Amino acid sequence: MSPNLRFLHVWRRNLKVWRKILIPSIMGNFGEPVLYLLAFGYGFGMLVGDLGEMPYMVFLASGIICSSAMFTASFEGMYSAYTRMDVQHTWSAMLGAPLTVDDIVLGEVAWAATKGLMSAAAILVVAAVLGLVANAWALLALPVLLLTGFTFGACAMVVTAFSKSYDFFLYYFTLVITPTLLLSGVFFPLEQFPAPVQMLAYLLPLAHTVELVRPLLTGTMPTQVLLHLAVIAAYGVAGLMIATRLIRRRLIR
Amino acid sequence: MAAAQPSDTPARSPNHPLVQAHGLTKRYDGRTVVDGVGLTVRTGECFGLLGPNGAGKTTTLRMLLGLTPPDAGELTVLGEPIPERAREARTRIGVVPQFDTLDPDFTVRENLITYASYFGLKGETLARRVEELLEFASLKGREDVNIQSLSGGMKRRLTLARALINQPALVVLDEPTTGLDPQARHHIWHRLRTLLSRDTTLIITTHYMEEAERLCDRLAIIDQGRVIACDSPRALIQAHIEPHVVELSGHAATVWLDKQGALPEGERLHRVGDIALIYTHDPRPLLQRLDADGLRYLHRPANLEDVFLKLTGHDLRD
Repeated sequence: MSPNLRFLHVWRRNLKVWRKILIPSIMGNFGEPVLYLLAFGYGFGMLVGDLGEMPYMVFLASGIICSSAMFTASFEGMYSAYTRMDVQHTWSAMLGAPLTVDDIVLGEVAWAATKGLMSAAAILVVAAVLGLVANAWALLALPVLLLTGFTFGACAMVVTAFSKSYDFFLYYFTLVITPTLLLSGVFFPLEQFPAPVQMLAYLLPLAHTVELVRPLLTGTMPTQVLLHLAVIAAYGVAGLMIATRLIRRRLIR
Repeated sequence: MAAAQPSDTPARSPNHPLVQAHGLTKRYDGRTVVDGVGLTVRTGECFGLLGPNGAGKTTTLRMLLGLTPPDAGELTVLGEPIPERAREARTRIGVVPQFDTLDPDFTVRENLITYASYFGLKGETLARRVEELLEFASLKGREDVNIQSLSGGMKRRLTLARALINQPALVVLDEPTTGLDPQARHHIWHRLRTLLSRDTTLIITTHYMEEAERLCDRLAIIDQGRVIACDSPRALIQAHIEPHVVELSGHAATVWLDKQGALPEGERLHRVGDIALIYTHDPRPLLQRLDADGLRYLHRPANLEDVFLKLTGHDLRD
């Protein structure tokens, strides 16, 4: 992979399409997570009360911001990317132009990361309006969320590379994304789990995102920042490399 | 719109082959799809790859673009070794794929502009080129229409316009008129001839004999992954086939032929399904016999399809 910026052509093409459906896209970005936040936060929060020093709404808001980056990037890297690969043949058109599979996969993952960031940022705005964010240090969560989007976008593209149809993505959601969601401290603290389960959770990237983002939103400094970033990035780089390889094998044959 | 390219590259010098291929071979799961194909395409000509479905035409085209790495053989396109420098070669190639790859989310104009962005084109030059191409493709007045509302012929013309956005020296077209009605096909042929008059080199695959005969300066007949003949359409017909063909069909023809027994010297019979084709240098005696017996027949000059039948021994598997 020689370094170049050609992937931006792919990224920009997706941005142009997204701008055409701006209103429904943004509604989607805000809508569902806000409903979760309000329903769970008020409904569940009453039962749970505070978690240590932290009101449950504050705890949940930071969790949902992280999981939203994961979900949005995963969706983009699977359903949308698959549509462009296999249904609309967008990638095949790109391969007639001077773009390579490397450019396309990197551009798609960068776009999935961007969408992940946009949806997480939308909830961050809502959380700030609801008074659930401590101070402006919360902005430091944005690069972490972008990286998280990159990682889950890249892993989703690995699944896309294998897929014969949309149905296949359900396996990934059921077997990977949902367990990741439940194991990563989004809805409740990881300390609730026995030690082996906690260990397992820290093998997954989302737990590290939560470890970084939650303190930043509540006005404290996260610890072991480099370690957390390294785990998330490792999944992202591995995902990108594997996805590129598999998709090259699928398209260049 | 002329394919003005910097003339310092060797591939642009006159008569230097634009494409040179030797022994191209491709196997899928032990099945040989392209079997030692060698080709030379000269600057400014229209070169056809003619053959039935599954003959290896599309695979050969994909090889030229670097999208199918050959298992064996050597290939140079526009002076670039392929597949090693396929991306660089593609900056000067236009591609019209067999299946529609237009962007359904974009309008006609947006399709052109977005595709141009993959070549890094922008600004004044691009705006001017888009206008020229809309004109060329007769899509003026439809530039802001969503492409889903275009007819098949318009989509093909847009795809052709899109392929020209980088002012390519070489345009590669995979069955450009398959599925189009006669008017739409003539539209496309007209534009392809315009490109040829501007010295753009075309490589076209087709299974339409008349398309190949009308457009191509030279063509390679491909069957089962091999080039079985390569020359101008006229030379192929002259070299391989008697100039006159008499076609008979139906039950009466079968009875008549049985009654005839062996045909006289100089008349060659070829049966395809329930059609009998009789090839000859001098049709007069045959026509006299047919007229005398009151048989219906079609007398026509030999064409590429006859060459194809003779060389492959079988009908086109359309």
